Amino acid sequence: MPQITIDGQRIETSAGKTIIEAALDNGIDIPHFCWHPGLSVSGNCRMCLVNTGFPRKSADGSLERDENGGNVINWGPKLAIACATPVADGMVIDTQGQRTEHAQNAIMEFLLINHPLDCPICDEAGECKLQEYAFLHSKGQSRYNEKKNHKDKRVELGPNVMFDGERCISCSRCIRFADEVAKQPVLTFVQRGDHVTIETFPGTTFDSPYSMNVNDICPVGALTSMDFRFASRVWEMSFTDSICPGCSRGCNIKVGVRNNEILRLEPRTNMHVNEYWMCDNARLTQYKFVNENRISSPMIRKGNTLVSASWQEATSQAADLLKKFKPSEIMVVGSARATNEDNYLLAKFAHNTIKTNNIDFLRHIDNSFSDNSLRTNDRTPNAHGAVEVGVKHEQPSGVSMSNLAERIKQRSIKALYVMDGDIAANSSLTDALDDLDCLIVHATNHNSTTERAHVVLASTTYAELEGTFTNLNKRVQYVQPAVATQDHERIEGMQMSRWDKFGAPNDRWARGERRNCRQNWEIVQDIANMLGAGWHYTNSENVFKDISNHVSAFSGMSYDLLQEFQGLTLGKAGSPEPKGVVYQSNYMKPN
Amino acid sequence: MNVNHNTEKDRLNFWEKLYLPEIARGLGLTLRQMFKKPMTRQYPEERWEPTGSYRGRPVLVLEEDGERCVACSLCSRVCPALAIEVQAAETTKEKERYPVKFEINMLRCIYCGFCEEVCPEEAIVMSKDYELIFTNQEDAILGKDKLLIPIAQLQDRLEFLRRFK
Ligand code: SF4
Ligand code: SF4
Ligand code: SF4
Ligand code: SF4
Ligand code: FES
Repeated sequence: MPQITIDGQRIETSAGKTIIEAALDNGIDIPHFCWHPGLSVSGNCRMCLVNTGFPRKSADGSLERDENGGNVINWGPKLAIACATPVADGMVIDTQGQRTEHAQNAIMEFLLINHPLDCPICDEAGECKLQEYAFLHSKGQSRYNEKKNHKDKRVELGPNVMFDGERCISCSRCIRFADEVAKQPVLTFVQRGDHVTIETFPGTTFDSPYSMNVNDICPVGALTSMDFRFASRVWEMSFTDSICPGCSRGCNIKVGVRNNEILRLEPRTNMHVNEYWMCDNARLTQYKFVNENRISSPMIRKGNTLVSASWQEATSQAADLLKKFKPSEIMVVGSARATNEDNYLLAKFAHNTIKTNNIDFLRHIDNSFSDNSLRTNDRTPNAHGAVEVGVKHEQPSGVSMSNLAERIKQRSIKALYVMDGDIAANSSLTDALDDLDCLIVHATNHNSTTERAHVVLASTTYAELEGTFTNLNKRVQYVQPAVATQDHERIEGMQMSRWDKFGAPNDRWARGERRNCRQNWEIVQDIANMLGAGWHYTNSENVFKDISNHVSAFSGMSYDLLQEFQGLTLGKAGSPEPKGVVYQSNYMKPN
Repeated sequence: MNVNHNTEKDRLNFWEKLYLPEIARGLGLTLRQMFKKPMTRQYPEERWEPTGSYRGRPVLVLEEDGERCVACSLCSRVCPALAIEVQAAETTKEKERYPVKFEINMLRCIYCGFCEEVCPEEAIVMSKDYELIFTNQEDAILGKDKLLIPIAQLQDRLEFLRRFK
């Protein structure tokens, strides 16, 4: 085990690590542009230069001491790049001294020679490594009086990636990402010296399903997202840790919100799930349904139309309808898009309150979506969890999703209580739904299921709830609200932007719609209590405590632990995997 | 009882207690003012024209080919009163972006001029307009239609900024 000293701090590290890795493991951040922990080392930006040396030894092999009793260091003749220099036992590294500082300042001056001063119109401003380092490691003066170089701006490298040649600092992160992670090696440097720029090979375009990750890792604003371009400055948004609901991988993400509207999603490091990445499909789609076409209050059917109702009216209507049927005529459908908490209470509702064992849920499988990277064929975030907490077909008497349509036609199932607002998306069920006497649906968006429903209960999307999802590797991960609803305002515990903190009712920028929707389990609890259940869950954590006490796979889990370890595996709460270092490229991003 | 008397009655002397001489003195003062040049003016018939250094309501500079503003939101960020809301969008012009929405809430604005100071394009400047009358809160939120002022009308301020900023 080599021992090294960084800035006077003694560090035990392992052989083969580079200086920058050893430092990062111990919370020391060495300035860098081209290095990224998820990519190979290219060592071209020279920002990570540090002063290295070894203690000097006298002829007899003992360490020489200076007058203060410290070691005498033989500093190297030149500085070394921390990203490509492996650690060696006894190495002494100085990341802050005069020599290092001088080198950092020189590199910054060099990089800024041709960099346009267009931060005001650059989307990266506020989360830009060049800005951060110009602030921290540069004198802020340029001695360059000549004309700046001009290059192409607004070049579309692919359908979602816009390139600005003038801003590029030629770190090659994007090229390495395309080669190594996206496995679509179409980006390259062309020209030399200060004419160097990035191009796609002739006849190719950078359209990999993971292409938008380069917008995040580009240390400057040379690569920007065409979906987000100019939508907002980052310092006006709040970023909330969340989990992508797009497929069963459960990528860790951050939800970027302004004025109660999601403007973008970005990946969050979790070395056990998605590392540093997420897929483009999710970035482009998994926020739109939260903003658009929402069911913004509960509704009940009056004649042929659905009309808005109060929660009291809607839930009592649902309870009254359910009372009219025999338990065996009612089918309860859970949801792989809902949380463990929601499904757990729904299963309890079916078994103990309605007393039916007709319970199942619909899988949303799309084989064209899976690849051998992150994307999986299960387009829901919580199929594993739903089964685990009890939403599963009860053999042999219970009705399952596969024979549901048939049972409805035979009139042995007359009422359906559905938590998955999208079951009509399954074509075999669409017609059958018309033959029901009663259809009660929890839904987030208007669709063909809600059109057929007798009671529509407005439920929260993943961005508005607190709860847990279980991904395909049985990892339980914590989700928290990023968007306010009428049920919960942006209060303590929620991430708030400057706008959220200081907005008043007469500010147009504080009036983003608050929808009258509630978490699935809250709705289920209300209806269950009307049918005599007598439950007293006050928040999601209560429900989760109940799950961890009653479902063995969850035992030992709590919201605190889930957050501390960024997720726990079912059945292994006692031996969590260490979270490791969570690398973030831009660390000064305001919130 | 140890009461400290200091009522008006205690403080006045005999002549003052009589009041009449004081009334006469007051009338005299008023009479003298009548022969002096008045300090006030007949607003609104008679208006005061501020100089370029005056900080009236902030406005956006409108040039022949449109606004100068590039919707960078720096004014919005620096504004201590959070009066400014900007929404950017893309244009085909060289500077890539422009404000689709630019709103200043005049009930929030404190006329500090920070927005003018921070603007990289000299696109927002303090005007001479001090007549801000609203009858409801919504009207006090000025949009681009009210904010954009032709550059010709802003010459005094621009000249002032060139010399003293
Ligand atoms: S476009 Fe960005 S990531 Fe690619 S080389 Fe230039 S600066 Fe680096
Ligand atoms: S791979 Fe799946 S979980 Fe990950 S970002 Fe894409 S859709 Fe979301
Ligand atoms: S003058 Fe001051 S308070 Fe008014 S909009 Fe500008 S920065 Fe805000
Ligand atoms: S600082 Fe100037 S350019 Fe930027 S948004 Fe404000 S007015 Fe427009
Ligand atoms: S980070 Fe080491 S050379 Fe770029």
